[in-house]
Amino acid sequence: MRRTGHVDVWKTATVVSATQLTPSGRSLVLDVPGWGGNLAGQHADVRLTAPDGYQAVRSYSIASADAGDRLEIAVDRVPDGEVSPFLVDAIEVGDQVEVRGPLGGWFVWRPEETEPVLLVGGGSGIVPLMAMVRAHEASGSTAPFRLVYSVRSPEDAFFAEELSAATGVEVTWIYTRRAPDGWPRPAGRLAAADLQALEAAGVEAPSVFACGPTGFVEAVADTLVTIGHDPARIKTERFGGA
Amino acid sequence: MAVFTRGFGGRAREQDDRLPPGQFLTEDFPVLSAGPTPRIDTDEWEFQIRTEAGETHRWDWDALQALQQDDITRDIHCVTRWTKLGTSWQGVSLDTLFADVESSYDFVMAHSYGGYTTNIPLEDLLDGKAWIATGFNGEPLEAEHGGPARLLIPHLYFWKSAKWVRGLVMQQDDEPGFWEQNGYHAYGDPWLEQRYS
Repeated sequence: MRRTGHVDVWKTATVVSATQLTPSGRSLVLDVPGWGGNLAGQHADVRLTAPDGYQAVRSYSIASADAGDRLEIAVDRVPDGEVSPFLVDAIEVGDQVEVRGPLGGWFVWRPEETEPVLLVGGGSGIVPLMAMVRAHEASGSTAPFRLVYSVRSPEDAFFAEELSAATGVEVTWIYTRRAPDGWPRPAGRLAAADLQALEAAGVEAPSVFACGPTGFVEAVADTLVTIGHDPARIKTERFGGA
Repeated sequence: MAVFTRGFGGRAREQDDRLPPGQFLTEDFPVLSAGPTPRIDTDEWEFQIRTEAGETHRWDWDALQALQQDDITRDIHCVTRWTKLGTSWQGVSLDTLFADVESSYDFVMAHSYGGYTTNIPLEDLLDGKAWIATGFNGEPLEAEHGGPARLLIPHLYFWKSAKWVRGLVMQQDDEPGFWEQNGYHAYGDPWLEQRYS
């Protein structure tokens, strides 16, 4: 299930790079001696300790799926949040946190899986899907991979350049508030027609991984079931509200 | 000894003693599910308890509604770290449903529409500790929160409170259910932080 054991052990992590992804999102690469890798789609608990001993823990999806002792998380600032504003705006290279994991054995993609895959991400819900795209590319998998990524505007996309350059995955961009100039699809929420267009384009009945805010995932999963996808092959991960 | 994070002061500083370790308060009601939301019409809904003797106790929607309905106010705790205080539910006590059930087994596997399962010791369902909930805040329970009916076991992490519940099967042994097979703790006591296996 997990690639490494001892998930109840907190490991010291050092920030080795920090990259602003969007106005509200930032990628942090952590060096964690003893991490030992994770499956694509797993997450990690991150613990921060204040000088007086106060602690806060949050769970973040992992954007990387490497075998080594480094992992990448990508954090979107939650307004009024306690931890995400610190990770997006304040933490610096060289600073330390603690991590525990990798966690979760359900919302994962393994390179030995050969069936067609449809990834549907909303906003920062791209993070675990990015790990899958990277694992797919790194393994040389020939499983057909399709990503539908819904973002408010081009500036709000995580990993936009990497996704545009990625081989082995076909990306459909959905802009909900503002599309690039000349974009054929008007800005608007991901709709049944968008998913039906994929069907019409010959995307086979795939395994589906959908991740994003609750309302987004709820709507995507409902729509996929309505247009004939097997509910048993749709895996979801939802966030928001906390 | 924990590693200090430079510059982190914390902000919320929630000191409520109703908050189990590692949890934070939320006013929202987040939704976490492994897949699409099943939509079960109450006309088709059925709940069963099955024993080792092969006996099946069944209730359709009307039969459930005809039973004693409890108002329940409890704090709930999700393993993803949110805690919601003083939530208000309506439902039928498992004591009521188990009144005529004969079983010598100590464990239960809860089964849901959609295929979800979760394991619970029988003693955690009885003596006023658990319900089949059909209402939230005086309204019918919404499908995304497990409606028309879900388990409600407030003293355990909330993944044990199976949404869209359709039946309980008595088990001789404590076997892992869905999330328990996927890395989560077999029992899930929030006060002991039994999150992961």
